[in-house]
Amino acid sequence: MSSPLTETDHGAASHGGSGPSARVVPRRRRALRPYLLIVPALLLTGGILYPFGLGLYYTLFDFAASKPRPDMVGLDNYRRIFGESSFWDSAWVTVLYAVGAAAVETVLGVAVALLLHRSTRVGRVLEKILILPLMIAPVIAAIMWKLMLQPSVGVVNYLLKPFGMGGVQWTDTPAGALLSSIAVDVWVYTPFVAILALAGLRSLPVSPFEAAAVDGAGWWFTFRKLTLPMLWPYVLVAVIFRFMDSLKVFDIIYALTEGGPGDSTVVLQIRAYLEAIRFQRYSYGISYMIVLWAVVYLVTMVLVRYLGKIQNRAAEVPK
Amino acid sequence: MKRRLIAIAADGALILYFVFALFPVAWMIILSLKPANELFSTYFSFAPTLDSYRTVLGAGHDEGVPFLRFFVNSLVVSLGAVGLSLAIGLPAAYAAARWRFRGSENLMFTLLSFRFAPELTVIIPLFVLYQKLGLFDTYVGMIWVLQLVTLPLIVWIMRSYFSDLSPEVEQAALLDGYTRKQAFFKVALPLVRPGIAAVSLLAFIFAWNNFVFPLILTSSEAQTVTVGALSFLGGDRPKYNLTAAAALVSVVPPLLLALTIQRYLVRGLSFGAVKS
Repeated sequence: MSSPLTETDHGAASHGGSGPSARVVPRRRRALRPYLLIVPALLLTGGILYPFGLGLYYTLFDFAASKPRPDMVGLDNYRRIFGESSFWDSAWVTVLYAVGAAAVETVLGVAVALLLHRSTRVGRVLEKILILPLMIAPVIAAIMWKLMLQPSVGVVNYLLKPFGMGGVQWTDTPAGALLSSIAVDVWVYTPFVAILALAGLRSLPVSPFEAAAVDGAGWWFTFRKLTLPMLWPYVLVAVIFRFMDSLKVFDIIYALTEGGPGDSTVVLQIRAYLEAIRFQRYSYGISYMIVLWAVVYLVTMVLVRYLGKIQNRAAEVPK
Repeated sequence: MKRRLIAIAADGALILYFVFALFPVAWMIILSLKPANELFSTYFSFAPTLDSYRTVLGAGHDEGVPFLRFFVNSLVVSLGAVGLSLAIGLPAAYAAARWRFRGSENLMFTLLSFRFAPELTVIIPLFVLYQKLGLFDTYVGMIWVLQLVTLPLIVWIMRSYFSDLSPEVEQAALLDGYTRKQAFFKVALPLVRPGIAAVSLLAFIFAWNNFVFPLILTSSEAQTVTVGALSFLGGDRPKYNLTAAAALVSVVPPLLLALTIQRYLVRGLSFGAVKS
């Protein structure tokens, strides 16, 4: 298994610095070539980095639609954010959402992968449709669930009626709204974890499992001591992607709860949206995003470093 | 005996998960076929009608939502975004795979960081900027910003495909008197064609499914299906049957494409971190 997240420039090491040596072109032009190929991508990267830099610059002003001539305020926006309870509330909801969604998706995804790995006739048929929810736009998925979770006319409560719970107010209580949003996230993204875990399971070496079977090891022992440690690098890639993505959740919350009831599901990206787009306090909204971006960046660094460690350890396992 | 029971229980658990995974889609189909007057009175017994689809696709009274147009917009901006990303991403991916030069790793990591950046960090400044530049609510503006989604994906995954190619093949071509350019176009590119096809479709799916860019950077002219699907829920009487039909129509392209690239999904979804 190779990882672009940790490995530098795989492949190039085997053939030196400047490509295959051909005596067709003079040396100097050869050294320039990679730069020529990459210039368009650089330009475009610049085109994306420019608005980002502009945003960073805006946060030093009190730029808003109501202030056509903004003043330089230095770090005041950030000071204000950290002093407000609404920021901490948003941060808390965001973390709850991300941890909840990533945890459930990991456990469920690995379970589904283990069940599919047994490759029974039922499993082989179902595997073909595993990715269906993952290819549906999250916002569309949230719309679907919104229709189904409607308390009075939604089908979920209709189906629950025989069990004596026909009146659940799914998205009308703070806890219910958060759990419902996480459920939609789980519905969309569990296949993502399952696909990666299944790829991992299929690439594991066979001999340790044969040895364990010969020694009469039980299922649980084999899973804990063999399968899980060897599978962990694959699962970790999935966890990193899911955790990072749910920290910046937007679509699902926007369509399902719009941040409600009250402010109970206003995650950080929704908060930034409300501030910048709805109330047109641009500087303030971007400040929220710069803080989130910094957190995402740091967490990614830590997780990717850990992933590198795990992968190196996995590489030492004799096959 | 015990073995068989476990096997049956495992299959049962699997079927249970798939009921959870498929039920919403099945339910949308049912909702979309319901006549408007029976929306809330019955659950499973009704005379199905295609009226909702007629309305959504504009073959009648379209409720003021030009959904077919949004559908075309989605097609245009997704294709445009993928095309632009391929044109500039393929050479960059090839260079990053074949040469080690100053800045190449930094560029790759900058691209990767786009994948994890909260979209609004870039969109809010763009929202201000686009109003000034006249790019707000235009195809060009949407195609440009969708590069955030499509370019990192295409560059990272194509680099891993190019790296898997043995450089000897190209060297042989060079010794035969090919120029570098010919070697790239006539040798390297054809060999990674399946990878290009798969990553293009995946990039298309992600561009199509994007919601936050069109929500903020378009208003009507360039609006896409993901935003348009919400419009039937507005107003004082949300139209469930139309919403369901719109949702289903908008998931058809990504689902059809996804079925054709199953084999390549693992590498694509994990940015090349996991190869099956």
